[in-house]
Amino acid sequence: MRKQFVKTVESILEQDEKAILLLGDIGVFGFKKAFETFPDRVFNIGILEQSTVGLAAGLSMQGFVPVVHTIAPFLIERSLEQLKNDFCYQNLGGNFVSVGASYDYATLGCTHHCPGDVGMLKNIPGMEIVLPGNAEEFDKLFRQSYANGKPTYFRLSEKQNSKNYEVKFGKAEIVKKGKLATIIAVGPMLELAMMASEGLDVTILYYTTVIPFDKKTLKENSESGKILLCEPYYAGALLPEILETLSSKPISIESVGVPSRMMTNYGTACEHDEAIGFTYKNIREKLLKLIK
Amino acid sequence: MNNPLKKLKQMIMRASAKSGEGHIPSAFSVLDILWVLYDKVLQIDPKNPRATDRDFFILSKGHASLALYAVLAEKGFFSPSELENFGKFDSMLGGHPDRNKVPGVEASTGSLGHGFPISIGIAMGLKIRRSVRKVFVLIGDGECNEGTVWESALLASHHNLSNLRCIVDYNHSTDRALAMGDIAEKFKSFGWNTCAINGHNHKEIHNSLIKKSDKPMAIIANTIKGYGAKSMENNPAWHHKSPSPEEFNVLLEEMS
Repeated sequence: MRKQFVKTVESILEQDEKAILLLGDIGVFGFKKAFETFPDRVFNIGILEQSTVGLAAGLSMQGFVPVVHTIAPFLIERSLEQLKNDFCYQNLGGNFVSVGASYDYATLGCTHHCPGDVGMLKNIPGMEIVLPGNAEEFDKLFRQSYANGKPTYFRLSEKQNSKNYEVKFGKAEIVKKGKLATIIAVGPMLELAMMASEGLDVTILYYTTVIPFDKKTLKENSESGKILLCEPYYAGALLPEILETLSSKPISIESVGVPSRMMTNYGTACEHDEAIGFTYKNIREKLLKLIK
Repeated sequence: MNNPLKKLKQMIMRASAKSGEGHIPSAFSVLDILWVLYDKVLQIDPKNPRATDRDFFILSKGHASLALYAVLAEKGFFSPSELENFGKFDSMLGGHPDRNKVPGVEASTGSLGHGFPISIGIAMGLKIRRSVRKVFVLIGDGECNEGTVWESALLASHHNLSNLRCIVDYNHSTDRALAMGDIAEKFKSFGWNTCAINGHNHKEIHNSLIKKSDKPMAIIANTIKGYGAKSMENNPAWHHKSPSPEEFNVLLEEMS
């Protein structure tokens, strides 16, 4: 996804003279060409994320479309107040593209993990949240929404789905229709959810935009009242949206997500996946329990 | 006291007394600066406050909003009668300014250390657009405790934002917590031009604001918190307090 991010932004810088890229001293080598081609619209601002987000708000006030990029905890957790006050409160448009996801930088430890980003941003009214499932989907979703005048968060991750979908910003995809349960798979969780449900007569809904949440698709595709929520960040962030959408009928919910604890191990992201139950086996067990 | 300012101070006190809200001493600390800015320096049309080709003023210490409201009203951005609704549920004028409600307000501020980085972005944007317009941002000495102030100071210097003026309202209100010492020297060491003025002397204020500079310039305005109302001056008890009817009359008397 990182390589695609470079390609997509390079192409947008070419097409849209309002687009401005602000890097937090990461990804600088990848954007070498962009630095040379657009010296007045591509900046390595430095390691000062709060001011970078504030600065981006000032550029947005000047009619530019800022794209701010750095590692998730620094972009979101460190700059949370700037995202709230400088963008959402002031109704300004901007794009915040992170890498690292929940624990892609597994070896670097907790300071570089960010499973809390989606839950935090969801609590800022007006913030849009997008989790592409792979590089091509990032390209589609970014082009559809980067200049929509809203603050939008794009969460890039190492984990990717191999199949592409015709994703649309703000709209969930119906991957499969079934009777026994509805799986809500967010971004890169789709592939695992599909494997886990193989041979079972279930609906799979694929959400790449989580905010604004596509209530309509869920409402029309949840006849069983049994929901399995698969999220790649702290578990349960989308529960309020699900409960609100399906409030008129009794429902059962199982959830797969990152547990609320400090993940103090190192190793690889795959090892963390195993440790917290991001496995085919665990998801299938939860699904079977739900539809029993 | 300068006549227009006497009127504005009375407007500020009335708005605060009526609502039981507002930071009067902070407003009095910056009022002279704001008046000179809007009266003599800023290229901005009150009837078209969002015109592309305008100068920008950001009140980063948003709690001094009453001073900004009084000046904007006096300059015709909106009716002075709006101040009578200050702090009410559906008023456009709150304890901190909202850019989406108040004509002439460029940035919604309140939490300290936000307006300065925003002003960096505006100044960069103007530079990219090759505009000759200027950006003026006003911060407080207490606000200088915030890390983003010094991040912004680094950024302005690195990007050579000679179109930016940062006015520091140095009323020493933060001395009791974290003293800022020689603020001019600090900005200088960050690569800025600096000057120090009496923040209540209109001639000095004006001269500093129109001074040419090949770098971003910090104007250290030495001010008195609560300036003009003797019992309020440098008195922390008044920081976020509204006058009772009796106090109101005493303060009016002091200001005359």
